[in-house]
Amino acid sequence: MLTAILLGFLFALFLVFTGKFFRGKMAILSALIPAGLFAYFASFIPKISSGEIISRTYQWVPAFGVDLSFKLDGLSLLFSLMITGIGFLVFAYTASYLRGHKYLDRFYGYLSLFMAAMLGLVLSDNLISMFVFWELTSISSFFLIGFNNTNPASRKSALTALGITGFGGFSLLAGALLLGSISGTYSISEMLSMKEAIAGSEYYILAVVFIFVAAFTKSAQFPFHFWLPGAMKAPTPVSTYLHSATMVKAGIYLLMRFTPVLGDQEFWNTTLIIVGGVTMVYSAVHALFRTDLKGVLAYSTISALGILVFLIGLGSKDAFLAASVFIIVHALYKATLFLVTGIIDHQTGTRDVTKLAGLRKIMMPVAIAGILAAISSAGIPPTVGFLGKELTYEASLHAEAFTVVIVVAIVLTKILLLWAGFVAGIKPFTGKLSEEYTNVKAPDFLMWGPAIILAVLGLIFGIFPMIIESALVKPVVSALGADASEYHLALWHGFNTVLLLSAITIAVGVLLYFLVKPSVKLENKIGKLEFISPKSILEKGTHYFNVFSAFWTNVFQNGYLRNYVTTIVLFLVVLVSYIMFGSSRVVIDHTQLSQVTAYELVVALILIAGVFYTVFTKSRLAAVAAMGVVGLAICLIFVFYSAPDLAMTQFSIDTLTVILFVLVLYRLPKYLTLSDYKMRIRDGVLSAALGTVICLLALQVLAEPTNSEVGDFYAKNAYIMAKGKNVVNVILVDFRGIDTFMEISVLAIAAIGVFGLLKLRLKSTDRSQ
Amino acid sequence: MEVLLAIIIGILYAAGIYMMLRRSLVKLIIGIILLGNGANLLIFLLGRITEGAPPIIPGESKVFLEAYADPVPQALILTAIVISFGLQSFAIILVKRAHKVVKTDDLDEMNATDEDS
Repeated sequence: MLTAILLGFLFALFLVFTGKFFRGKMAILSALIPAGLFAYFASFIPKISSGEIISRTYQWVPAFGVDLSFKLDGLSLLFSLMITGIGFLVFAYTASYLRGHKYLDRFYGYLSLFMAAMLGLVLSDNLISMFVFWELTSISSFFLIGFNNTNPASRKSALTALGITGFGGFSLLAGALLLGSISGTYSISEMLSMKEAIAGSEYYILAVVFIFVAAFTKSAQFPFHFWLPGAMKAPTPVSTYLHSATMVKAGIYLLMRFTPVLGDQEFWNTTLIIVGGVTMVYSAVHALFRTDLKGVLAYSTISALGILVFLIGLGSKDAFLAASVFIIVHALYKATLFLVTGIIDHQTGTRDVTKLAGLRKIMMPVAIAGILAAISSAGIPPTVGFLGKELTYEASLHAEAFTVVIVVAIVLTKILLLWAGFVAGIKPFTGKLSEEYTNVKAPDFLMWGPAIILAVLGLIFGIFPMIIESALVKPVVSALGADASEYHLALWHGFNTVLLLSAITIAVGVLLYFLVKPSVKLENKIGKLEFISPKSILEKGTHYFNVFSAFWTNVFQNGYLRNYVTTIVLFLVVLVSYIMFGSSRVVIDHTQLSQVTAYELVVALILIAGVFYTVFTKSRLAAVAAMGVVGLAICLIFVFYSAPDLAMTQFSIDTLTVILFVLVLYRLPKYLTLSDYKMRIRDGVLSAALGTVICLLALQVLAEPTNSEVGDFYAKNAYIMAKGKNVVNVILVDFRGIDTFMEISVLAIAAIGVFGLLKLRLKSTDRSQ
Repeated sequence: MEVLLAIIIGILYAAGIYMMLRRSLVKLIIGIILLGNGANLLIFLLGRITEGAPPIIPGESKVFLEAYADPVPQALILTAIVISFGLQSFAIILVKRAHKVVKTDDLDEMNATDEDS
């Protein structure tokens, strides 16, 4: 199974080296990979439908409980078949759609990368590896949306999609870690047995919110839906594959996967019903106002995803049954409609539905596919769409609360979706052919073949529902934790409310189709409301965030050293004094302190005078000299307090510094006082504050007991181990010899730098005039 | 004496930061040197000061017989003094060099990376 998942990655890698070969006529060969995988997964159908679950575990990072563990049950089987099956058709279709494209091999690389990531996502049983595959689908989607990378709109859409789904991925990771820490495992199968413990945890709501955000961003639920219409900038095979049939259903998959773990709770169900309900109505209405075929399809896809979320939210057995049938229905008809749209776009060069009519005369097979898909999307018998719609109504009628509102919403959505399906699948082919398009060529088989296969499958599954019933639908329902073995899919259920609702839907929908034609006028109307849409709100938000960041950066990273120093010092003073004065008082224990002798006092006074003179003198030379005095006074303090080595070092270094300064400084410009009075007061106050804080800090530390263990060790062993009597020297050259060696290297580097700066001659261009 | 030293350290820190806040490059370097001296003294003080007992093992004995000053802070400070000399000498030469190229020691005229500004 690992091979099956990795095959896509390997093929993508393989394409890097053999791209040229696949760019030409051999492109069609790459469709063999999804075809083979489809056959491989199809061979599991008998086992899965008999209730078996196949799992494989490969260790990855056992220390963190992260394994590559895969589980094939009804749910993952359905998705795997969709991914590889539709993948096969899309790969074949692409060979013709992008024939001769400069980067065809790259496109296949991205597609197979995506396919492998998606397979990994639906088969993963470990939450962390699932997250990795989830992110891979977002990334490959980014590359595919931005495939026409010379088009700025494409790049922008790709970035928006990546931003939204990436945010969702982040949320998935957070949810995974949270669930992992609640249950102590990252394995989803093991979480199943801990349902009560998880639901009882105080973090349950938070974990569910994280999972929801991940699912809603990926599956384009309101208010994160807007990246999906933008993603339609991608070439049509991508829209078909990623943005209608597979990737956008990853969020649905996530919700279904977690239904047995997190579901059946009020928060879970209510949120899903509300979000799904709002999404399905909102975007179905939006579809009315589009003239771009892909725009219509994008909004109807969002609406369909909303229906799925809504059904998962209902949480009854009927609803799960409806959801699993509707996933199949939607994948079949929506992929067909996208393929059909792609053909129209490819042959005529336009997707503007107001201009298209009568194309059946040119591309009959495409018209058949389109019309079949349209009636399946409308839920007209005997297509499988009818089954899906009946089940959906059935589930809605049995909703526990607000049944009327729910039924009205779902019927309204279905009516609008019928309209959208008809506009995309029927309108371009009926009516009178415009003269502009009489010379349009018919597409070749590679293009219309996949479309018609999918459309006919929709019809076959409708007439013979038993094909999918035990093979696909029931295993999914049982993976969701419900038992549907009693139920049988059938077209005819007798005269009942559901049938009445179906009749109303179809009648009103068809009427609507004849009354409301897509037009630019309608599109402009909705355009006026654009400013309150989530998309523009987010765009404004990111704009202001950028403005704010720029402002913030300019405040702190302003290029003035003194401002940096001010910020750091101010922060230090505030923080340290808060801690210091918040906790304890400074206590000075006089008995512990040594006496001040007269010569010490004199040295201290010289030092202080030297410091003040350094700061306030107007002469640079005087400042340097006073600084030298300060250094020598410190040298004397070292002498008084038993540090002869320090005194010697300080003495020589201080002397050298002063000499160096004097040598260099006589060339410099006049010593100016550049700041004004006010600024000096401000800096003075800040410096004094820091000085006070440091002084108090030192006193407070002195009040604490000290530990001289390390010093004692060195003192005890200086002669015994290192044969030296000056302990400081022994530490430097023996115990910490390597450190000293490094220090010498640093000094050598500094010396080289100094030498270089002194000797380097200026080029005439470097010298400013 | 400890209190007096703490006050001296405070003054050195204050003076160092005050000088670092000035616009002149030379003052900046002086500020860094003062701050470094303050830091050295701070470490010295916090290692507890001892009068007249350097950490040198006397005469013929192999270990200390009487109280002695803690050698660890001294070793640290010795390293710090030497390293800060490396920094100071490099900075001083850099100031000279910068002055030669851009004809100023005003930091405000040096806050762009572009040569022509």
